[in-house]
Amino acid sequence: MNMHVETAQPAVSISNLSKTYDTGFEALKSVNLDIRKGEIFALLGPNGAGKTTLIGSVCGLVNPTSGTILVNGHDVIEEFRKTRAVIGLVPQELTGERYETVWDNVSFTRGLFGKPRNDALVEKILKDLSLWDKRKERVITLSGGMKRRVLIAKAMSHQPAILFLDEPTAGVDVELRRDMWRVVRDLKESGVTIILTTHYIEEAEEMADRIGIISNGEIILVEEKNELMAKLGKKDLTIELQDPIATLPEHLVSLGLRLEREGTQLVHSYDTQAERTGIASLMAAVSAEGLRIRDLSTSQSSLEDIFIGLLRDRT
Amino acid sequence: MNLYAIKAIYTFEMARWWRTALQSVVSPVVSTSLYFVVFGAAIGSRIDSVEGVSYGAFIVPGLIMLSLLQQSISNASFGIYFPKFSGTIYEILSAPISHVETVIAYVGAAATKSVILSLIMLATAGFFVDLTIAHPVWMVVFLILTATTFSLIGFIIGIWADGFEKLQLFPLLIVTPLAFLGGTFYSITMLPPVWQTISLFNPVVYLVSGFRWSFYGVADVDIVVSLGMTLGFLAAALTVVTWMFRTGYKLRT
Repeated sequence: MNMHVETAQPAVSISNLSKTYDTGFEALKSVNLDIRKGEIFALLGPNGAGKTTLIGSVCGLVNPTSGTILVNGHDVIEEFRKTRAVIGLVPQELTGERYETVWDNVSFTRGLFGKPRNDALVEKILKDLSLWDKRKERVITLSGGMKRRVLIAKAMSHQPAILFLDEPTAGVDVELRRDMWRVVRDLKESGVTIILTTHYIEEAEEMADRIGIISNGEIILVEEKNELMAKLGKKDLTIELQDPIATLPEHLVSLGLRLEREGTQLVHSYDTQAERTGIASLMAAVSAEGLRIRDLSTSQSSLEDIFIGLLRDRT
Repeated sequence: MNLYAIKAIYTFEMARWWRTALQSVVSPVVSTSLYFVVFGAAIGSRIDSVEGVSYGAFIVPGLIMLSLLQQSISNASFGIYFPKFSGTIYEILSAPISHVETVIAYVGAAATKSVILSLIMLATAGFFVDLTIAHPVWMVVFLILTATTFSLIGFIIGIWADGFEKLQLFPLLIVTPLAFLGGTFYSITMLPPVWQTISLFNPVVYLVSGFRWSFYGVADVDIVVSLGMTLGFLAAALTVVTWMFRTGYKLRT
């Protein structure tokens, strides 16, 4: 075990964070969460689960009701200058000084975060995000996807060590989404810690090192993505039959098989982590019934299935 | 002190102002020129001098003060309201910038704009009437103090407002009437005694009186009182702003 990793100071450390809005709505209920330096952490959860409130609390948009948040060991309220200077935030809403140019918008943010003018860096960021051609255009004239890029460029303009992306690819087309994933990966390569919230499980599955699931203001699970998928992952074994059958023999039903696709497929769901998957005896039983197998395939359940399953279990 | 941030906000605000120069610079100058033409040249020629000053010249400080109050409030309130309205306020809130720095940047930009406008109007007035400025340094002091105070008030309104009509409410219903009744077009000594006393509850009286004194050396109230009151309003506005930021009033949820 690498002790260095174990003892390294987290990029963000959240302890007993609660937020109750004036309306009485409890958005966060005693949340504890550590984000490791250099990782991509995906925070998943349904609408209204508390994702944006959690991000807002770390970034200074929301006054927490109780609890503490440390960024690189500094308190976000007492030492807000130190913490906010290292955080970049890409908000969910497409905002931006709409009547100003892309260039001015991005340069403005850099200044706001206490950094001297650096045209070469702004140029590089704009080029990386394919915004260079648009640099003299006003934000209001850009498409939604381009506006999203501007927000990312703004957040990157002051070279943050920690980047929050709140629903970065909401309403963005597939091509742009892949582009953004590339940008985020490049950022991770350069050592930036990334926290993203998303509805798209595909996104978390594609990018994240670890995944946190939040529901009703509580973190219900934090896990390495691969472990999560392995631990909770179910596999479906699909047996394609040579000839369709009308009904499934009793014996096969008792083994957990179900008949699908108008009698052409037998499907068996099993836990990949179980001691015995029972596949061998299943196959034996199928051939004992005299069924001829044309093909076999297995498929792993997606993070989305896991996610839905988890939330269903809790309600 | 995050000087880069102050500079970023300040220059951004000033750039916005210049971009909309027609609306923000030209229109107040035109409307003030109309006042001079109507009250100064047309009607003013039929009015005796006030306290030894020709009527056209007498109203110059009052008119500039009226415009200074309106412009300071509207510039500052719009400056902070617009980011709230468009959502870009998130950036200010998440930046490593203190409340004091935020206020310096926004209020500083708004006050700068209204001081520049006042000077432009002063120059415009010079085309219509003979101007004398007895105490130029004090004139600038009153300009800056008043511009700062009312930009702070505008900032407060901008944070408080949750719609465009609320932005207009205070300037239209309170500031403009107070300015008209505060000796912009007359000396309060021209009023019956009861109304003179009532006028002393109007803060604008002290601002106009002090400002006019810096031009012509004549004042409705003692210049020390005017200066004291001006500083008092500034302190009051600062107190409210400090309270707003302390409590995160309408900024952080």
